[in-house]
Amino acid sequence: MSSAFLGMPPFPQAARRALADTQLRRNLAGATRTIRDKRAEVVRELPDWEELREAGRALKERTLRHLDHYLLQLEERVTAAGGQVHWARDAAEANRIVTRLVQETGEHEVVKVKSMTTQEIGLNEALGSAGITAYETDLAELIVQLGEDLPSHILVPAIHRNRAEIRDLFRREMAEAGEVGDEPAELAEAARRHLRRKFLRAKVGISGANFLVAETGTAVVVESEGNGRMCLTLPETLISVVGIEKVVPTWQDLEVYLQLLPRSSTGERMNPYTSTWTGIEDGDGPRSFHLVLLDAGRSDTLADPIGRQALNCIRCSACLNVCPVYERTGGHAYGSVYPGPIGAVLSPQLRGTGGAVDRSLPFASTLCGACYEVCPVKIDIPEVLVHLRARVVEETGERRRTPSPEALAMRAARWVFSSPARLAAAQRVAALGGRAVGSRGRVGRLPGPLAGWTDARDAPAPARESFRQWWKRTHR
Amino acid sequence: MNAARDEILARVRAALADVPEPERPADVPVARQYATGADAPAGVQETVSLFVERLADYGASVRTVSPAQTGTEVAKTLASWGAEQVLVPRRFPAPWSAHLPAAAVLGDEGPLSADDLDAVDAVVTTAAAAIAVTGTLVLDGGPGQGRRAATLVPDRHLCVLRAEQVVASVPEALSRLDPLGPLTFVSGPSATSDIELERVAGVHGPRTLEVLVVR
Repeated sequence: MSSAFLGMPPFPQAARRALADTQLRRNLAGATRTIRDKRAEVVRELPDWEELREAGRALKERTLRHLDHYLLQLEERVTAAGGQVHWARDAAEANRIVTRLVQETGEHEVVKVKSMTTQEIGLNEALGSAGITAYETDLAELIVQLGEDLPSHILVPAIHRNRAEIRDLFRREMAEAGEVGDEPAELAEAARRHLRRKFLRAKVGISGANFLVAETGTAVVVESEGNGRMCLTLPETLISVVGIEKVVPTWQDLEVYLQLLPRSSTGERMNPYTSTWTGIEDGDGPRSFHLVLLDAGRSDTLADPIGRQALNCIRCSACLNVCPVYERTGGHAYGSVYPGPIGAVLSPQLRGTGGAVDRSLPFASTLCGACYEVCPVKIDIPEVLVHLRARVVEETGERRRTPSPEALAMRAARWVFSSPARLAAAQRVAALGGRAVGSRGRVGRLPGPLAGWTDARDAPAPARESFRQWWKRTHR
Repeated sequence: MNAARDEILARVRAALADVPEPERPADVPVARQYATGADAPAGVQETVSLFVERLADYGASVRTVSPAQTGTEVAKTLASWGAEQVLVPRRFPAPWSAHLPAAAVLGDEGPLSADDLDAVDAVVTTAAAAIAVTGTLVLDGGPGQGRRAATLVPDRHLCVLRAEQVVASVPEALSRLDPLGPLTFVSGPSATSDIELERVAGVHGPRTLEVLVVR
């Protein structure tokens, strides 16, 4: 992933640092509250929301279980429509392909549509080292790029900056900004003036895509500002870098995602602009279109039948906005372009669990389940988190050759949680134990093999009666 | 290049070892229990009113006009903008542009360069379809719509559509559209929520969007 995130500390350290930043916490609390309310309102408007979510999930399952079939169909249709398809095994290969394609045009500047995938592979840095300047044109990406900052949110990468900070940045870095004020409308106007000439003279545009339709070879970009339309329409050459998991089977299937995505993402019934294109079109838009299909850990993720569902993600960021952990730490603490709950399950799978950051991410959650409830494609994030925790702990144990106490506890927890009868039995035992050790309402350090677990944690003393026991007693 | 393709496909197939060999894509069940909106016919009063309300909600001005008024309403709107040069794409219905001063009308001949388009005051087009529940116009480059850049670079866009083009829902609209040509779905003027997640209108696309529904 992007080299900009290299050297980030594991989540617990990064989170501690972020929590000390009160300005950051205020900015995040304000922004996430706004978007949560907007989302809830427009989701309430659709009586068939749950049916749409289920269809969104099922379509992704169909696609992923037959991904090879759909990728081949997509390649054939894009090629038939005049586009060229390239395949990239990893970030470095994708960057080489895009750099070569830009060099073949003879240009030294490209305009870019906001794209998580190109962030992930560090495309701007790779182009830069080949002497090609990439201009980010999305307002939030522009704020991040001008401030030499890192993105902290999937939808709004500059969510950690408030209007006054952005005003100061624009006054400092943007010749066209002059003495711009801190009203969002004024700041948007300054960005318009700053990018206008770049759009009008651009010869090469680079984008990602929200969806690729296998049946027709159609690519889809969902956006708000019109910067996407500029980059997709005005240049002579268009290069789109897209993860292989972005395929959907048919044109009709978009009817599900074009309802789920805007409402979950910006809390709008529909985003201002959605562009779809199929290969190239005579007399309208670019004369050449290149689609770079990226693996970069996606096939590894696909190989895990539980972890695989993380590939359903349509990058709406609803899970970030409801997450109590994200709201307090912000996105940078996750050490990846994919922050929040989805990042905690996606990054360790795409990058592998070799590094300290990725081993810490599955633990960056309280497992409260709010992310699962809002997910428009029903990714069971808590399930994947627990699964990855077990994997991380087991891998660590393997390196030590004997299983750590944590690994044993995880294995036991998995065994207990996978059967309602075992769970009920364990809860009864815990309640009895709670009477013995929970004197001040907390279970502190325990003796023997359990010390490895309780050394780093306090646990509330188990309730005298489990919910299941209470239900049984009072609902007979 | 082909090595990368072959390797990725091989990795994908290996990753899907748990999928039984005889399973076909259609064997994975997809329940389409959601509403398709097909029960509400296009263009009825209720659908058009919802469209007007929803698009206005996003900061576009929308009004219904009678067929006889359309030409004068188009001219009046463009005059109110002080538009001296108006781009009128090929095959825009003649009666709708009949009241525009001939000197103001510009065709996309040549075609116009990006800078030329930037110098145009406004563009007037038709549309391919509209979606009531989301307040969305869809442009497909058909008669009277021009290429995509024509409705993007000029700062003001006036769109004229017929009431029967307004469908209730997203599924209905997609079933009417041809994905093989480029499509643009427009829901209000260009906007951003990138600063403190507050929506403000007016970034790179047309900052003024006005819609006339003819019925």
